[in-house]
Amino acid sequence: MAKQLTIFVENRAGRLKTITDNLRKSNIDIRAFTIQDRGDYGLLKLIVDKPDDAYLALANLGCACALKDILAISVPDQPGNFHRLTSALAEHNVNVIDAYGFVLQPHNTGVCCMEIDQPQLMKAQEIVAEAGFTILQDEELYSL
Amino acid sequence: MEVPFWNKQVETLDRTSLQAIQLERLREMVAWALKTPLYGKRLTAAGIRGPEDVTDLHVLEQIGFTTKDDLRRSFPKGLLAVEMDEVVRVHSSSGTTGIPTVIYFTRDDLDRWTDLLARSITATGASSRDILQNMMTYGLFTGGLGLHYGAERVGMTVIPISGGNTKRQIQTMKDFQTTVLHVTPSYLLHIHSQLEAEGVRPGDLALKRAFIGAEPHSENTRRKIEDLLGIQAFNSYGLSELNGPGVAFECIHRKDMHVWEDAYLIEIIDPKTGQNVEDGQEGEVVLTNLIRRAMPILRYRTRDLAFLHPEPCACGRTHRRLSRILGRTDDMLIINGVNVFPSQIEERIMKVPEVATNYLIHVDKKGALDRLTVKVEIYPKLFLGEAAKLEALRARIREGLRSSIVISPNVELHEPGSLPVSEGKAKRVVDERPKD
Repeated sequence: MAKQLTIFVENRAGRLKTITDNLRKSNIDIRAFTIQDRGDYGLLKLIVDKPDDAYLALANLGCACALKDILAISVPDQPGNFHRLTSALAEHNVNVIDAYGFVLQPHNTGVCCMEIDQPQLMKAQEIVAEAGFTILQDEELYSL
Repeated sequence: MEVPFWNKQVETLDRTSLQAIQLERLREMVAWALKTPLYGKRLTAAGIRGPEDVTDLHVLEQIGFTTKDDLRRSFPKGLLAVEMDEVVRVHSSSGTTGIPTVIYFTRDDLDRWTDLLARSITATGASSRDILQNMMTYGLFTGGLGLHYGAERVGMTVIPISGGNTKRQIQTMKDFQTTVLHVTPSYLLHIHSQLEAEGVRPGDLALKRAFIGAEPHSENTRRKIEDLLGIQAFNSYGLSELNGPGVAFECIHRKDMHVWEDAYLIEIIDPKTGQNVEDGQEGEVVLTNLIRRAMPILRYRTRDLAFLHPEPCACGRTHRRLSRILGRTDDMLIINGVNVFPSQIEERIMKVPEVATNYLIHVDKKGALDRLTVKVEIYPKLFLGEAAKLEALRARIREGLRSSIVISPNVELHEPGSLPVSEGKAKRVVDERPKD
């Protein structure tokens, strides 16, 4: 399963820079990122080429960060496909905690990253596969 | 100007006769205090084995002071001088480190306390014709119930509305044409700011007076309250260890608070040396309760800084006047009238594994009210990367603090290492309230 690096970041000027600076120094390549805003703080979520190295680089710095299993789903970049994915999950009553997506090749390939509650994660994986989607394993995702 | 009295004889007693009453009552208190383990030991060690050894008002200087720590160590019954059968009321205040302090009253104790409050209320010119809206919190806190009983004794119409719910406070002031408020100055200013929002003009109200207390405030704040609301505001002083409100109260002249010296022996000491200072000099207020048998308290260090006026008041009372509280000798914070010790907050935070040991207590004003924010750091090893868990953590910390310090603070989550470190003399409290 793919790994997402989640970092606790206070909502004030310059905080993101400290993190990106350290990732740069550790030669980490960022594939995708999003920020979940919580008001006085945010959660920076990263897909990177070397998740363990990135985690260690930030943890050694004293950051509150965590590596988490997520579903990285390959979604063909055509109208209706994301809907097909959400429908399959909804039908089986699977709740999505957070999600973000990015297009790899326009009109061809997109990737949808989903955070699912741990107890439902395995089930969600099966549902998504049954609906005809490819789940990207970590190596596949990082070497995109 | 006619000066109203509740008990003119006692209130205008010459100083010699007043001191004779003090000595007589002090002897009585020492007899009760000897029944408690704490004072039994201290008094006998100082050679005071009975009331007859109390030869003057200074004899107790040999036993040193009573501190909040003494009360905490005596919790719950170490200072109880009567059988529980005789106790009719218990009050309590939150302790500095989670252990509360408790105060007991017999029926007679309550009666004497109530009389002091009737005296205090009457001294302001309020009377049985007045309608009192008592906005102080009822319950274990002494502020609400204490004044309530005194007001009933005076014959006022008492509305025991307690604190909070500003809309209802304003509506009640209109409905019953309240003439007197008992309230903290910050809450009164908050109410004023809400009047316009509720479409209430001062002319719709019948307010004449406010008894303000439970938190220190400046003369400027008093003036502001008086000007904004067109009323007279009377400062008051009390603390639960010494019964509660009614230790000292302002008379119609509003030039600082008469300490009811037949009920309280007051000393002002140099907090460093413990020696008494002259009237007029600032120092720490030390009080001996002369009227409570269930739980005697001798020479209690209040940690409040103030001075006594050497000159008499124009009202004719001989009981000396205490200045407004000028500061504290400890780190206690008063947040909207509630006493909060930083150590209480620290103790709670240390019990939460998901946050680190660094924290910061921040106090400022939001409108007229005080706002308390507790900033904590996320502990990296227990961070799971889930927003829901962080919000649950925030709620749990807030609830834990509320149960310990009564008020519900804002809780801010911060990055590890972003707050002052726990070693050394880190500044843990930032108080940004204007000092005016």
